Amino acid sequence: MENKNQKKVLESLNVTKYFHDPVTIKILNNINFSLYESEFVSIIGKSGCGKSTLLYILSTMDTDYEGDIAIDGVSMKGKSEKILAQVRNEKIGFVFQFHYLLNEFSVLKNVMLPGLKLGKYSEKEIEHKAYEKLKILGIENEALKMPNQLSGGQKQRVAIARALINDPLLIMGDEPTGNLDKKNSQIVFDIFQELAQEFKQTLLIVTHDNEFAARTTRIIEMEDGQIIRM
Amino acid sequence: MNNKLIFQIAISLLLARWKQTLVAAIGVTFSITMFVTLLSFMTGLNDLLDGLILNRTAHVRLFKELSISKNQPTDLYYKNSKGHNFIRSVKPKNERLDITNSGAIISTLQKDARVLGVAPKITAQVFYNVGSIDLTGVINGIEPLEENRLFKFNDYVTSGNFLDLKNIPNSVILGKGLAEKMMVSIGDVVQVTTSKGERLSLKVVGFFQSGLQDIDKVQSYASIKTTQKLLGASANYITDIQVKLKDILGAPVAAKEFESFYEVDAIDIQTANSQFETGSSVRSLISYAVGITLLIVAGFGIYNILNMMIYEKMDSIAILKAVGFSGADVNKIFISIALSIGIFGGAMGLLGGLGLSSLIDQIPFNTDSLPTVKTYPINYNPNFYIIGGIFSIITTYFAGYFPARKASSIDPVIIIRGK
Repeated sequence: MENKNQKKVLESLNVTKYFHDPVTIKILNNINFSLYESEFVSIIGKSGCGKSTLLYILSTMDTDYEGDIAIDGVSMKGKSEKILAQVRNEKIGFVFQFHYLLNEFSVLKNVMLPGLKLGKYSEKEIEHKAYEKLKILGIENEALKMPNQLSGGQKQRVAIARALINDPLLIMGDEPTGNLDKKNSQIVFDIFQELAQEFKQTLLIVTHDNEFAARTTRIIEMEDGQIIRM
Repeated sequence: MNNKLIFQIAISLLLARWKQTLVAAIGVTFSITMFVTLLSFMTGLNDLLDGLILNRTAHVRLFKELSISKNQPTDLYYKNSKGHNFIRSVKPKNERLDITNSGAIISTLQKDARVLGVAPKITAQVFYNVGSIDLTGVINGIEPLEENRLFKFNDYVTSGNFLDLKNIPNSVILGKGLAEKMMVSIGDVVQVTTSKGERLSLKVVGFFQSGLQDIDKVQSYASIKTTQKLLGASANYITDIQVKLKDILGAPVAAKEFESFYEVDAIDIQTANSQFETGSSVRSLISYAVGITLLIVAGFGIYNILNMMIYEKMDSIAILKAVGFSGADVNKIFISIALSIGIFGGAMGLLGGLGLSSLIDQIPFNTDSLPTVKTYPINYNPNFYIIGGIFSIITTYFAGYFPARKASSIDPVIIIRGK
């Protein structure tokens, strides 16, 4: 279901990666695919098929690969660590399996951090935006609590709010429901769906939950470092 | 904006581990306190010991030494011959000990821009008559006012008033040791005999204590006029001219110049008291070495705590990087943590150093040899505080540098995937 009229958000061109320890293994083999604006895509595959590895390459955090990736039409090959950090800050929102909130800061401050780093808006505006995002996720009442006072599902929702703070081009998730129970998984999925449908948010989610994947708009299936269905 | 954010994060990380942070800061505080106190105390002591001699010694002393003539007649006579002259058993001529034309020399010296002040002096060998016993001694003829201005004479006069030397004719201030030997008190009259047999009665108006007992047992002070009278000399009889310069370091050059210009002997303070300089510099060197060692040890403490903090905060560092903080930002965060510890600990240390040294300054310290000193000496030199402050920042910076570099090179993928 490729749509040529839509803007390409992310493109992977012949991405190949090797693991060298303890022996050299080709973990990704010539991955080519494109992600268009407001798509809700899931990547599925068995453990060890390289789906997470691919996600980290696409996220610009892993730079040890062959081939090229383009985010918003700009090639990321050979860019400095500082520029890549800026790209992540501005264009990519992250949700991990583990929430990774900073326990030293309140929920609100955690959500605000990437916005403060971007420095595009004043602190007041960022605070206002953070409240808006928390409202979308239905946890605005927890804003002033510390992360360790929240439940697992709430923490994950805070992490999603943090991913949204800079209105990113793309949200990436690495098994975002992997640590959650059925009910909370459902809540998180509903949030993703709402973001995709109402806010036209582009999403790329790695999961091994086939039920989750089945409800996304497009599934990329991987096996042994190659894409077998997309 | 960015720096403010980085500082906020650094402070939050610091406060999250405030006990460890406090321990690290106390380490710095302790070392800076000891550094400042040690140097203040050591330098105070140095100044005291040096002052014992240096304050009372002229920077350049002009005098006349009885010696054989450098130009012997035979040398002049046989100047052009190829042979050698050997002269044995040459004796000095009996000359007057006073400096020729002393009045003119003094008034010229007083106009010299390098000179702070000039004090004339007469040294006279005398015997103090105690019953049937004669004690050998020296009477220094001085101008009390000038002597006090340049050499703090009053500091050593423990009882009596030094101005009485000027106001009461035929008066003397005796060394404390000497007075005890002679069993006299203020108001008594002592008899002295000069080496030439002249006798004079002098009224005791005070005692002085120099800190050097050997001096106190033989020396006394009288006014120039009294001493001239004692020696039966004229009013321009002066044996020593003491010169105090504005800059003590210029003494050797000035001494050479005065020697050739006024045709007298001159000795500078550095040549006369070279041992004091050596002692002081070695003592300060040791204090600095100990102080800096303390700081470096504190630096290792900070290094350890930051290293531990980085292992603990691995996840936080990874997520900061994932949401867009660069390695340089992470580096700045940890350097700020280290510097905050350094600045806070250092500032407390400087205050502590000031407090501890003023405490030491209050401790009584009475010794017979040092009449003017009542408490332990402390030198409040602002340089120690500046050096301590700068050094605390430098050490903590380096203590933070390596952990910060390690933190900035953490690969977020490895940590995030590891979960």
